Amino acid sequence: MEFYVISVIKAAVLAAILMTTLAYLQWVERKVIAHIQARIGPSRVGPHGLLQPLADVIKLITKEDLLPPYVNRFFYLLAPFLAVTMALLSISVIPFGSEISVFGHSTWLQLADLNVGVLFVLAVSSMGVYGIALAGWSSNNKYSLLGGLRSSAQLISYEIPLSLAVAAPLLLANTLSLRAIVQAQEGFYFGFLPRWHIFQGPMPQVFSFVIFLIAAFAETNRIPFDLPEAETELVAGFHTEYSSMKFAAFFMAEYANMITVASMTTVLFLGGWQPLFPVGLGSNFVGPGLFAAAGAICLYHGLHPARRMDRFTLPVFAVIFFGLAVALLIPATVSIFMPLFWFILKTGFLLFVFIWIRGTLPRFRYDQLMSFAWKFLFPVAVLNLLVTALMVALFS
Amino acid sequence: MDVILFLVFASIAVVCAVNVVVQTHPISSALSLIGVMGALAILYLLLGAEFIAMAQVIVYAGAIMVLFIFVIMLLNAGAEQRRGRSLAVQLVGVPGFFGLLALLAYAILRLFPNATNVHFGGFTKGTAQDIGRALFTKYLLAFEVTSLLILIAIVGAIVLARKELD
Amino acid sequence: MTGVPLSWYLILSALLFVLGVAGFLFRRNIITIFMSIELMLNAVNLSFISFSYQLKQVDGHLFTFFVMVVAAAESAVGLAIILTVFKNRNTLDVDEVNSMKN
Repeated sequence: MEFYVISVIKAAVLAAILMTTLAYLQWVERKVIAHIQARIGPSRVGPHGLLQPLADVIKLITKEDLLPPYVNRFFYLLAPFLAVTMALLSISVIPFGSEISVFGHSTWLQLADLNVGVLFVLAVSSMGVYGIALAGWSSNNKYSLLGGLRSSAQLISYEIPLSLAVAAPLLLANTLSLRAIVQAQEGFYFGFLPRWHIFQGPMPQVFSFVIFLIAAFAETNRIPFDLPEAETELVAGFHTEYSSMKFAAFFMAEYANMITVASMTTVLFLGGWQPLFPVGLGSNFVGPGLFAAAGAICLYHGLHPARRMDRFTLPVFAVIFFGLAVALLIPATVSIFMPLFWFILKTGFLLFVFIWIRGTLPRFRYDQLMSFAWKFLFPVAVLNLLVTALMVALFS
Repeated sequence: MDVILFLVFASIAVVCAVNVVVQTHPISSALSLIGVMGALAILYLLLGAEFIAMAQVIVYAGAIMVLFIFVIMLLNAGAEQRRGRSLAVQLVGVPGFFGLLALLAYAILRLFPNATNVHFGGFTKGTAQDIGRALFTKYLLAFEVTSLLILIAIVGAIVLARKELD
Repeated sequence: MTGVPLSWYLILSALLFVLGVAGFLFRRNIITIFMSIELMLNAVNLSFISFSYQLKQVDGHLFTFFVMVVAAAESAVGLAIILTVFKNRNTLDVDEVNSMKN
């Protein structure tokens, strides 16, 4: 009985945090891409554009929700529902932190630890193909159909190097449960080098990391692999005929998929919630240190403001950051929040890499994309798996 | 709890299976078949077959059915025309269907008068480790033969589906 | 009762199998006939796993694994054949592919 209550509370908290993160991830993306392109990005709606996601949500909700008369109604309405459901389902098995105990009840910061957690994530991502295929077909529009079929073919082609790149660290961890994979990466070499899979002998998983990241870009339809949904190609691909909330659903699904693959990379290769250097060397002070540094930067820029509003908003941000830094120094919260902080730091860095690459690289043509998957990435992934298996068999 | 879960997902499976047979448009049949496979995956989880349940979703529902849906979309298969059923079909077909079902059900109940009760957690040897151990020791020959079979299927599919370069 | 009798699973498997046979015999679209075959294979998978539970051995799971692999290979080749037939006859109706009749 207690298990059900705790699970419901965890699910509610996770859903709330996830929805807010999805909205603000879009803000982060627009700001980062703007700064890469030497402009500022959203800055009018609220201080530094922080209320822009709220404005976007209001705009999307109040837009006219068209149901074109020529579409196949059941599948047209089913497709965004499938896409969003599968995107949100895969986040339920990701371990965000270690065991915490709140008011005497101890629980892990993970919604469900399946014995076959890795397979569950792969299964749910292969079901996500249907959302896109059905959206393209039901729109009764040749551009949507082509975009939907191309996108589905891209997704299923890149699933294979993705699965092979996932299989390599599983040889080191010897388990399919995501919590156990993170626990297999604890400890340090020589007292300071973390035993993450990307550093772990007998075979550091550097190539698997790169292959997984490339396949993950293709699986989430991000640049440089977003030809099927780019606005200058095929009108807008499979979501041409969608408007308002259904269009928002596809975008929510894309950002949720991004968060899922970034979290999976963190869990499989970068040690999940394990810290970068041992607690004995002071890793518990990295969190307060970073927040204090952010607060100091905000305070400095608040004293020499670039815009008039900054004189008021930046010191407020500085106070918030200093408050967070102090909150992380309290010994009671350290065991709860520091693993979570490390997880968010690593995942956030990977999401920044996703956004950075979006702002930097041009996109592939469709035939280049498919031949890259089948003629280069797939053989390299197989070779990587064979070499990893060989090293594990010889040296352990 | 087991009974409720079984009844819910078994009825989903039966309704979707009837839908596969009854619907006129192939896409509706394909999506109903995906529903059947999903419901069966959950029933496999109830029977302790966790690896097979995930393999069912990844391979069957996530790859084979995608292939079906691609072919249906590429061939632009439309809905079947309803043709009048001949009297012979109605007199023999539908009762024949129920007769076959009754025969099978009777045979099953007769052969297993005291079958074990299935409860969740009753079978714990369905993990990936157990399947891997059996696959690579006892069924190694079958494993190698299936890899050859997949190679044959790949070559056959490519040869059949390529454009003729005249 | 704390569990479900195994015979219920077997009857469900029989029901799905018979529905697959009905679809195979009564439909005319070649792709729907193919999907009925997949339905029959799924029903057989369910009975394999039920018996694996009954006998407390993992061999039933292995058989299911092999059935899935064979189904994948068969559907790949079968769909390629369907594409070829469609290219030549321009129809998906099995009753119309009858040029060798009489």
